Amino acid sequence: MPYFLAAYTGLWIGLGVVVLFVLMFVGIYNGLVAGRNSCKNAWAQVDVQLKRRYDLIPNLVETAKGYLKHERETLEAVIKARQMAIDASSIKEQAKAENMLTSTLRSLFAVSESYPDLKANQNMMALQEELTSTENRIGFSRQNYNDTVLGFNNRVQQFPSNVIAGMFGFKEEEFFELEDQAAREPVKVKF
Amino acid sequence: MPATEVKPYKAPVLRGSRKTFAELQKVNRRRSLFLAASLILILGILGALVGSYFGDWLIGVAGGMVLAVIQFSIARSAGNKMVLAAMGAKPLDRRDDPQLVNVVEEIAIAAGIPCPEIYLMQDDSPNAFATGFTPKNAQVAITTGLREKLNRAELQAVMAHELGHIRNGDTGYMVLMAVLVGSIALISDMALRSFRYGSFGRSRKSKGGGGGALILVLLIVFSLLAPLFSKLLQAAVSRQREFLADATSVELTREPTALIDALQKLTRDPTPLKSANRAVQHMFIVNPFKRHKLGGNAFSSHPKLADRINRIRRLMS
Repeated sequence: MPYFLAAYTGLWIGLGVVVLFVLMFVGIYNGLVAGRNSCKNAWAQVDVQLKRRYDLIPNLVETAKGYLKHERETLEAVIKARQMAIDASSIKEQAKAENMLTSTLRSLFAVSESYPDLKANQNMMALQEELTSTENRIGFSRQNYNDTVLGFNNRVQQFPSNVIAGMFGFKEEEFFELEDQAAREPVKVKF
Repeated sequence: MPATEVKPYKAPVLRGSRKTFAELQKVNRRRSLFLAASLILILGILGALVGSYFGDWLIGVAGGMVLAVIQFSIARSAGNKMVLAAMGAKPLDRRDDPQLVNVVEEIAIAAGIPCPEIYLMQDDSPNAFATGFTPKNAQVAITTGLREKLNRAELQAVMAHELGHIRNGDTGYMVLMAVLVGSIALISDMALRSFRYGSFGRSRKSKGGGGGALILVLLIVFSLLAPLFSKLLQAAVSRQREFLADATSVELTREPTALIDALQKLTRDPTPLKSANRAVQHMFIVNPFKRHKLGGNAFSSHPKLADRINRIRRLMS
């Protein structure tokens, strides 16, 4: 063994340990950063899906208008609720407006049950699938957000990453929870 | 189990069970790594034995590894498109089947990965598989039989299983296994063949009579057993990965009963897959060779249906 390795074995081992620690440290820190960004991304995803619903509704209203001549209030309720959801400024307001929108949509579909012409309309059937999908997407994106947050929170709380999280001020993210029990039910788009 | 009696198991926030899924994933990954390492070891030992018999053991090991790496690189660069073409799968347009596209896109959102390309295979046998080494460049293929015979929830459960494979890196992993097994088979075959043609006296460096004979014996034994063991390991890894994909499917859809129903429908369907062959059988969600539908033996690429269902039920509680 070359002299410089044998004589200073202790030093080399110590150096190795230090390098290992530094690598672990950097790895954990980067993992926390990636986790936090994943949470932000997952939250943005939910917004994308909500917006998709807003975009679908005008088409829905247009298609239904011709058939639902005597159900003006139901249609207008949907339009109003949609506008409120778009205009909402805080997260709490938006969640409330979203629930409102869901219930107006539910009323609209309940009403449509009695209009077989509307049910048979090709456009309406395509919209039915799109709206079902949109409700599912909103649910899945919320689920993905919560799963991502759970993973991140575990990292923030568990040893040894909690040490580094504390050092750099990584905080736990909040879960998304639906306050309104009725809104937990998906909009049943069954014609 | 009639679909109308099924109560969907769906909670907005699933705090506890992610730990169960994560634990499952960790255990499975560890097992798979161990199995992969075993295969690499077998390849290395085989290479060393061949090499040391013909001169240099190190060259033997290096040769084996290089062989595997080359095959893997070829597979990685064009593998998935080749497989899809070979199976007669054609890309699907959104306009042709918006509901199917929706089903896949929804689950991709739940999984947090980009939506894979969707391919359709004209075949009455209901089945599906996934290809692609990374989620960014992944494809999922389903048969027309599957599309017609499953309802929306079951379809989504199957798609979630496939996306689970993609997200867990199984598609790349199974190609790695296949390459290793193939390399082991190739080298073993070459070694045994060279003995058949009587090249006993060809060792360039005679390391002394006793040592040479021992290596010879080891080499013969290994060449006979290694292909067998490697196939057993490969099948074991494949079964583990199927369990994991089932668990991932439940994690994504939060609807275990949909997957159970789908698996039962798929396994009990007697229609054989037209383009099934041994090379690709492991990629499908249920074994396309209906003769082996009960599965569960050591060489099976898929676990027994009953075992799969039991594990899924355990996740529900």
